[in-house]
Amino acid sequence: MAALMTRPGSPELAANRRNIRPGRVMVWTLLFIGGVIMVTPLLYMFSTSLKSAGQVYDLRLIPAAPTLDNYIKVLSDGRFLRWFFNSTLIALCVTLSNVFFDSLVGYTLAKFDFRGRYLVFIAILSTLMIPTEMLVIPWYLMSAQFGWIDTYWGIMFPGMMTAFGTFLMKQFFESVPNDFLEAARVDGLNEFTIWWRIAMPMVVPAISALAIFTFLGNWTAFFWPLIVTNSRELYTLPVGLSSFAVEQSIQWEMIMTGAALATIPTLLVFLVLQRFIVRGVMLAGLKG
Amino acid sequence: MARIELERLVKRYGATTAVHGIDLMVEDGEFVVLVGPSGCGKSTTLRMIAGLEDISDGVLRIGGEVVNQREPKQRNIAMVFQNYAIYPHMTVGQNIGFGLYTSKLSKPEKQARILDAAKVLGLEDLLERRPAALSGGQRQRVAIGRAMVRDPVAFLFDEPLSNLDAQLRAAMRIEIKRLHQRLGTTIVYVTHDQIEAMTMADKIVVMRDGRILQVGSPTELYEHPVDIFTARFIGSPSMNLIEANAAGAEIAVAGQSLQGFKAEHSGPVQIGVRPHDLVVGEAGGGGLSVTGSVTAVEPLGSETLVHLDIAGAQIIATAPGRVVPKVGSQIAAHAEPGALYVFDAANERALGRL
Repeated sequence: MAALMTRPGSPELAANRRNIRPGRVMVWTLLFIGGVIMVTPLLYMFSTSLKSAGQVYDLRLIPAAPTLDNYIKVLSDGRFLRWFFNSTLIALCVTLSNVFFDSLVGYTLAKFDFRGRYLVFIAILSTLMIPTEMLVIPWYLMSAQFGWIDTYWGIMFPGMMTAFGTFLMKQFFESVPNDFLEAARVDGLNEFTIWWRIAMPMVVPAISALAIFTFLGNWTAFFWPLIVTNSRELYTLPVGLSSFAVEQSIQWEMIMTGAALATIPTLLVFLVLQRFIVRGVMLAGLKG
Repeated sequence: MARIELERLVKRYGATTAVHGIDLMVEDGEFVVLVGPSGCGKSTTLRMIAGLEDISDGVLRIGGEVVNQREPKQRNIAMVFQNYAIYPHMTVGQNIGFGLYTSKLSKPEKQARILDAAKVLGLEDLLERRPAALSGGQRQRVAIGRAMVRDPVAFLFDEPLSNLDAQLRAAMRIEIKRLHQRLGTTIVYVTHDQIEAMTMADKIVVMRDGRILQVGSPTELYEHPVDIFTARFIGSPSMNLIEANAAGAEIAVAGQSLQGFKAEHSGPVQIGVRPHDLVVGEAGGGGLSVTGSVTAVEPLGSETLVHLDIAGAQIIATAPGRVVPKVGSQIAAHAEPGALYVFDAANERALGRL
């Protein structure tokens, strides 16, 4: 505020200028370049979505003749809305499931002393070392045997609980002082209510971080939904958009319009949970 | 309200025994303070009473009923923790009301109880505030309020004033004491601060290494400690100890011979004298007189604590507030007859007064 209220050429401003160190200039320049690299594709995506088919290869950022036709076309195509709905439903269900079960298991591992606790924790953590690609075949065989192929449950079940989420929540619950839980115990609450009413509200930043990562991870998931679904009605957005490319000989403007629409929930998640994101990223930094 | 009885209560953690079969009777409406150094088992004992720790052996009765196997909630006791344990996501009113979460009272009845507790504790204007906007003392009052609304048979306090500054601690001591006088509920209070124990307790329980050393009123403990540990733990500054030798009724200490020791003990002993009984100045008739060089002085305003070196032994004497002896000077100090405590040097047990 003080800087804003200072008139140009005033001594305060000159003093501020002198305080700018070369290191800071470097940092800001690098951040600016990073920002440009990140934002440019996004801008091109929106730009292309406003171009007609003929203009797609005209690489100007601001379209010569902007049009909303692509949006009208995509939104009036029932399939797109269906995929959008599928993705939303799946990402929401998986997120809620993760927040619930990962927290429950994390809390148990953090706050209850039982025989084999460490072993259980190591077993859960060790699953982090197995890449998804290795698990896809067992998942598929399992789905086939249970009749889950081409169902919502089939798409969702591998992600309903994650080792990463359990680990994250366990670490966070460990920082909740035992006195809070014991006070509730003396007050007569049962263990489930203590977890829900006392412990959970105290780890909201961790829950937000977990929710953000899970939602985004599932919103953009491609590989498993592609494998486990056959019917177009069950496609998620990424799978649906990729099918656009194959069957219609790559209609870039349509793909970019679909992609632009697909980023809306992501942006919403970021806007709503913005204040938790920095902390969440710091916490989950190990995820890479 | 209820009487709490501990009978040969034991707590083991694997091979380690934290509490060695202690016996204690807390009478109905009594304010009992468990005091001792860190790791003496006082908090473990309190947590066993609360039901937060399993009892390894022995019997715990609350209100005449054995409660060893009962969950904390079934014991109808309330506990106040060192770090207050008030929930940051709830307002003061919600925090106080949380003590009634499982109660079957109607909403207006609950509200009335919350208001009552808030009134007693001076929190009426803060009911809508969050804990983050409260001072340490206010937070502790909220924690006490949460315990109060339940109308429990006993309050358990686990070092509740340790996180407060000295001034606030003194104020809260009086508040808790007044609250006890007003409610008349049984209180078991754990602290490592002997001043808290002395000022608040009806009965003090001195603990060390998982055992009870002595139980008694503050005056009893101050006047008749059973051993050197209790003698030095109770009273501030700690009791001075001077090596001496007893031969029947005569004790040789600091180059003096004191007569009339009734315990008739022979062998090495320790003579204890409280700093407030050892006054700087020339000897009157009888008692203990010592001379030493001043190593440090602590003027406290109302009195001055004078640290003396007497033939290698470091002791503290007191002088009136305006008297501040020079460091390095030689001065005499004197204790009246009857102010000396005699302890067996071998087993550290008290032998009597002199």
